[in-house]
Amino acid sequence: MPTFVYMTRCDGCGHCVDICPSDIMHIDPTYRRAYNIEPNMCWECYSCVKACPHNAIDVRGYADFAPLGHSVRVIRDEEKGVIAWRIKSRNGETDLNLLAPITTKPWGKHIPQLSSVPAPTQDQRDSQLLYNEPKYIRLDDGDIHTLESNGLHMEKGVYY
Amino acid sequence: MAYKTIVEDNIDILVAGAGLGGTGAAFEARYWGKDKKIVIAEKANIDRSGAVAQGLYAINCYMGTRFGENNPEDHVRYARIDLMGMVREDLLFDMARHVDSAVHQFEEWGMPIMRNPKTGSYLREGRWQIMIHGESYKPLVAEAAKKSADKVYNRICVTHLLMDDAKENRVAGAVGFNVRTGDYHVFKSKTVVVGAGGASNIFKPRSVGEGAGRVWYAPWSSGSAYGLMIGAGAKMTQMENRIVLARFKDGYGPVGAYFLHLKTYTQNCDGEEYESKWFPALEKMVGKAYLDTEASHVSHRPIPTCLRNHAFINEVASGKGPIHMVTMEAFQDPHLEEIGWHNFLGMTVGQAVLWAATDVNPKYENPELTTSEPYVMGSHATGCGAWCSGPEDISPDEYFWGYNRMTTVEGLFGAGDAVGGTPHAFSSGSFTEGRLAAKAACKYIDDGKAQGIRVSQEQIDRRKEDIYKPMEHYKIYRNEIVAGSVNPNYINPRQGLDRLQKLMDEYAGGVTVQYMTNEKLLHIGLKKMKTLEEDLEKVAAENVHELLRAWELKHRHLASEAVIHHTLFREETRWPGYYYRGDHMKVDDDNWHVLTVSRRDPASGEYTMEKAPLYHLVGDIEDKALAEMKANETS
Repeated sequence: MPTFVYMTRCDGCGHCVDICPSDIMHIDPTYRRAYNIEPNMCWECYSCVKACPHNAIDVRGYADFAPLGHSVRVIRDEEKGVIAWRIKSRNGETDLNLLAPITTKPWGKHIPQLSSVPAPTQDQRDSQLLYNEPKYIRLDDGDIHTLESNGLHMEKGVYY
Repeated sequence: MAYKTIVEDNIDILVAGAGLGGTGAAFEARYWGKDKKIVIAEKANIDRSGAVAQGLYAINCYMGTRFGENNPEDHVRYARIDLMGMVREDLLFDMARHVDSAVHQFEEWGMPIMRNPKTGSYLREGRWQIMIHGESYKPLVAEAAKKSADKVYNRICVTHLLMDDAKENRVAGAVGFNVRTGDYHVFKSKTVVVGAGGASNIFKPRSVGEGAGRVWYAPWSSGSAYGLMIGAGAKMTQMENRIVLARFKDGYGPVGAYFLHLKTYTQNCDGEEYESKWFPALEKMVGKAYLDTEASHVSHRPIPTCLRNHAFINEVASGKGPIHMVTMEAFQDPHLEEIGWHNFLGMTVGQAVLWAATDVNPKYENPELTTSEPYVMGSHATGCGAWCSGPEDISPDEYFWGYNRMTTVEGLFGAGDAVGGTPHAFSSGSFTEGRLAAKAACKYIDDGKAQGIRVSQEQIDRRKEDIYKPMEHYKIYRNEIVAGSVNPNYINPRQGLDRLQKLMDEYAGGVTVQYMTNEKLLHIGLKKMKTLEEDLEKVAAENVHELLRAWELKHRHLASEAVIHHTLFREETRWPGYYYRGDHMKVDDDNWHVLTVSRRDPASGEYTMEKAPLYHLVGDIEDKALAEMKANETS
């Protein structure tokens, strides 16, 4: 379902151009508005649809297998931390409104700045541990698993 | 060319490609390298790039040791069984013992992970999968990477790795171009973590026209992980191990949650279960060690994905298609119905669009399934990628050369699709591999291994010339013709991609030949691949966007060539249902219970192939239920 852009809604702001993972949303030099330059490299990932501040981008199912007359629309709200979908089928019998959370916390506030956490000790550097380990592996006092701790060894060839 | 040259110097850790693997690397590198210069070069925008750009509805690799669910070795055995024995168990064990700490941090950062209301533990979709509302998975991990990195360069297509001119086989950074400005970017770095992606679109897809973009793996996954590393002379492993997916027809929507959580199942056109009737013959092909239906039934030992594909493919070939997913039962429950739709919206919106377009209501109709064209990647149920060192406390000598996740090129590390032999890492495992690679890269630098790197101006100038050649070529020959795309002196990137897909499909086991190939076909394929390589020297790019497509094509070509060499080398059919060697239709453990390892000489383009031993984890209990069953048999 390649994306397309409604002429009257797009103001050429370029948010879609900035976000498209496939580099296929470009600004048309004549109309100064965005359009999909390469529909057969579109994954219908909806990144541009979600990023468009004017809801100017929509999707029409791939011409080789999707009949016309359907609609899957979305509004993603970072402030509220939710995404809302509406699915309408071609025959109108399916009309679903679906809501899902996209985060449980305010954006980025709970991701640590690793440059300001205490530096690792030489022991930690020499160990197999990563940042926040072993604590975060089990969230208790348990240590990291090793071959020894789990009663394992490695053997060459087919044994099973 | 009027494009500027922009040099970023003195980088310690360059992350080339920032999907889940790359973001994990950038994030973790800051902890072990407080004063190190960490730079990300990403082809798109890291907020929505890589395979997880549109989100995920499940994290498919989570042990749950915290809830007493699984130990790392359990996951290793599962991956081994699924891949018919061909995995790097040291790397898998290492990933599995760390992966939970990544997931627990995701939750702390704000990832909505569903909980089982009765037990309080994460809601399981299957033994290894937990369910999430992961629409914003990628923006979340991107935020973590941005907090750690000194600089993020979005929209840089990395085309080549830079090599040290002072010491052979040592990496020195990377080069590429900005897909918007066209500028030439040089990154001089002590280490590089390749987080770039596996390959979609190297085999001819089932879809035609517009639908060519509706591939299972993202169309922007251009095999650059392999293109970059093969180009630098790194050894690769298991490149023959392409994957075929049984998915909802045309939309390739995910089936995992449907099978595991919604308890839907498949049947043929007559409404019959069809898998079991193909298993006796299949057991003769692969041997009882790999398919033991009785043991699977008793112990819930999983039947390898490829073997279930085999039953699907044969059922359809016998005239009993289409294969349907029976959704009509589960979807009567409104809660499960909602989950079914959310599952698509969270990670494959296109499938929801398709069902809306075709009036499929799974409550009243069982949707069709299909088997996809093959994909080459290393983080789902397959393990293509670079031959990397494992961790020192696990790996045997053949698997260890100093630094975890370092390839055979010094200072060059991998994560996610880039690392070979580590299937079933998925998103969380790829992120974890990035973290492991970053820690090892810091150690490599601290150990003084990156001293005295020299990059000559000659190398920088040569690569610049290489990069813009498709645009130069276009300028020179464009005006020989009036208009249009037919030119005797060049092909455009789309034409080249079409040719690659057609030849991979027909000679290397694509959908139109029922995934079948043999020695003769592969030799023809290699020959055609060589001429394509010559023609790729004449690929023409009209603008910078086409230049991006040209380089993606060159990376796909390098990956594909490796696929053919590996497929030719392994003289057996190890994964029926992924592909068949018609001249060797059985699993041959006597000769091929090994990993395949290749190296392409960057100077000559010649391949050398070798076998590497397989080491398996051996413990007291192989698989609890299986062990019990065996004990009962003997008593």
